[in-house]
Amino acid sequence: MLLLIPLLPFAGFVANAFFGRRLQKAISGGIACLAMVAAFVVSLVAAWPLLGHGGHPVEQVVYTWLASGDLDVPFALRLDQLSALMILVVTGIGSLIHIYSTGYMHEETDSEYARYFAYLNLFASFMLVLVLGASFPVMFVGWEGVGLCSYLLIGFYYTKQSAADAGKKAFVVNRIGDFGFILGMLLIFVTFGTLDFQAVAAAVATRAPETSTMGVLTIATLLLFVGATGKSAQIPLHIWLPDAMEGPTPVSALIHAATMVTAGVYMIGRNAVLFSHAPMTLEVIAAVGVATALMAGTIGLVQNDIKRVLAYSTVSQLGYMFLAMGMGAYAAGIFHLYTHAFFKALMFLGSGAVIHALAGQQDMRHMGGLKKYLPITYWTFFIGTLAIAGIPFFAGFFSKDEILYKTFVGTPYHHGSMVLWIVGMATALLTAAYMFRLLFLTFHGAERFATAGHGDAPGHNAHGHAAGHGHHGAPHEAPMSMAVPLIILAIGSTIAGFVGVPHALGGHNTIEEFLEPVFEVHGAATAGEAQPVTEPAVPPAIPAEAGHGPAAAGDVGTERMLMAVSVGVAGAGIFIALYFWLWQPSAAARLAQQFGGLYRLLHNKYYIDEIYDAVIVQPIKQVSTGALWKGMDAGLIDGSVNGVGATVQGASSSLRRLQTGSVRTYAASLFFGAVLILGWYLWS
Amino acid sequence: MVPLGHYLVLSGILFAIGTAGVFLRRNLITVLLSIEIMLNAVNLTFVSVGRSLGTVDGQIITFFVMTVAAAEAAVGLAIVIALFRHRETLSPDAFTSLKW
Repeated sequence: MLLLIPLLPFAGFVANAFFGRRLQKAISGGIACLAMVAAFVVSLVAAWPLLGHGGHPVEQVVYTWLASGDLDVPFALRLDQLSALMILVVTGIGSLIHIYSTGYMHEETDSEYARYFAYLNLFASFMLVLVLGASFPVMFVGWEGVGLCSYLLIGFYYTKQSAADAGKKAFVVNRIGDFGFILGMLLIFVTFGTLDFQAVAAAVATRAPETSTMGVLTIATLLLFVGATGKSAQIPLHIWLPDAMEGPTPVSALIHAATMVTAGVYMIGRNAVLFSHAPMTLEVIAAVGVATALMAGTIGLVQNDIKRVLAYSTVSQLGYMFLAMGMGAYAAGIFHLYTHAFFKALMFLGSGAVIHALAGQQDMRHMGGLKKYLPITYWTFFIGTLAIAGIPFFAGFFSKDEILYKTFVGTPYHHGSMVLWIVGMATALLTAAYMFRLLFLTFHGAERFATAGHGDAPGHNAHGHAAGHGHHGAPHEAPMSMAVPLIILAIGSTIAGFVGVPHALGGHNTIEEFLEPVFEVHGAATAGEAQPVTEPAVPPAIPAEAGHGPAAAGDVGTERMLMAVSVGVAGAGIFIALYFWLWQPSAAARLAQQFGGLYRLLHNKYYIDEIYDAVIVQPIKQVSTGALWKGMDAGLIDGSVNGVGATVQGASSSLRRLQTGSVRTYAASLFFGAVLILGWYLWS
Repeated sequence: MVPLGHYLVLSGILFAIGTAGVFLRRNLITVLLSIEIMLNAVNLTFVSVGRSLGTVDGQIITFFVMTVAAAEAAVGLAIVIALFRHRETLSPDAFTSLKW
């Protein structure tokens, strides 16, 4: 049953990869969508018992994958509360994006169309393996697989230099993170002798948390976190995500907003017990998360490419999730992951609809006033913007507030931190400001776009070709296949948050209770009968039990106050956006002029790409060219091989003079040789 | 009864004559003849030593050598004829094209 979930999209991939070239668009797209929807249905059926119907986590061992000495890794899939949530998000939102793609990619040729859907299905398959994997190696298969698909899809328009480069960049940066992940995995195996998540958690629970020492757990978790920064685009490995916007827009929505980039967050949630035992790592995660959130937020404020703003917004929101993880508020982080998936997918798909309508135009300076042409896109996008900005009762509000509240009051694993909370609030202000800036520049104000037909603006992707056939002057609303997913996602962005209404608002934080068992060790209850874990006889040495639930009771007042502050901050952000980009567009330009240095710094993304290029890429290139290529390879290796040849040639050019051709010379040398040898034997 | 030493001395003289012929004569046919003299010097050694030891091994080997010598003479003369047709000369110094 569980195996069926990743296998269905994989079947779709196989069908499209091998036969797609000869299939009509309707068929190849239909196969892909059907595979995803089927996977969603199977996921629903599989997850149903867990969703408050008294089911237990289930595990399925497909086969023994690696067995060598102490190492025994079955290819096992496990469905518990966390992975149930994840597979529903992946297959649910994935299905919508597949359906959307059938409309968005319609102008591609048949074989390109099939290639696109083959990659998309393969991605979904790997992502499902990632979240269902019951041990590190199985997760790693998915982890690498989604990296591969990300590379393939970013470079989908491979004839375009920038897209090909962006794909390579994403792949290389991801590899750096994966290296950390592998090392962390090896360290865990060396320490605990197992790689199964539950077995590791059970083994960790018998140890004391490494509060003051920098022990093996801290190192292992830090290495895993390096992997997470690569996959989830956190400082210092965040640089690939904005460039990943070279891919088709639905890909950005699926991979670079809703699913793959959350893999790092998911991985930390999956190993919550492990990370809880390494408080130092948690500090690092929280700091990195909040720094990333702030940095990406500030960059997002000045970018002009609609997809880049969304990309930085994604980096920023991922920063929030890592902040939550670092605070030990695992449920809050996963909750934000879940709501973010809805509204960020919605906004990316909305931006795709805008780009589609403007025949490839992505620059917001050439948009504006689209509200009356694209009413569905506008209203759904507006809902997404409200959700991410943290307007009460939209999805993002509950999850973001949960994170900020936990940051303020602390958790059993991490004391509350005023500094982190203030930075988080600043980021919330930025989020509201740049998202509404995006909304106003795109949909409100003066119409600054050139009507399609001469819409060959710079930055166009394959949709630029659309200008040629059948686009009339005014931008047109998205077709049904694109509009329906937008509407569904907008509904999701509105109501998804209600699974986690905080106590302070008289609600019930269902999702936290739902996820709680995953983040703790009570071996038997979580593992079910499938996993004969060495029973963690000792209750966890950490004060985990004390924290959740009751802690909230006393602080209703605090929480309400914090909520009011955050709503105020969101309102302020919206007001800033209103003032600068709707009422007084010249004020924004004036401000940019006045703080020219700061503006350029933000516009150029803190010059991080340039710094990396100067500090890492160029030295490596120079060492490779100067020392390794010209010195080592051409000089030493080629030199020694050629030297041997030259020596032999030189020696033989003199030795070959002995070969005179005169038979009598040979006979003489034979004779004297024989005499010498015989003489030697006779005389000695 | 002639002692063994005499035979061996005679054999040595014959072998030296043959060797000198191979090195000094400028006619391939004479060179072949000189080789025959060297072979027969060896045959003489075999036979005389065999007789002095009272065995027939020396004589048996001699028959083999004579057979091979006959074959060698046939092949050698054929090559000499072929060479002569090619170059109109029989001097061994004329045939040095098989060199570096």
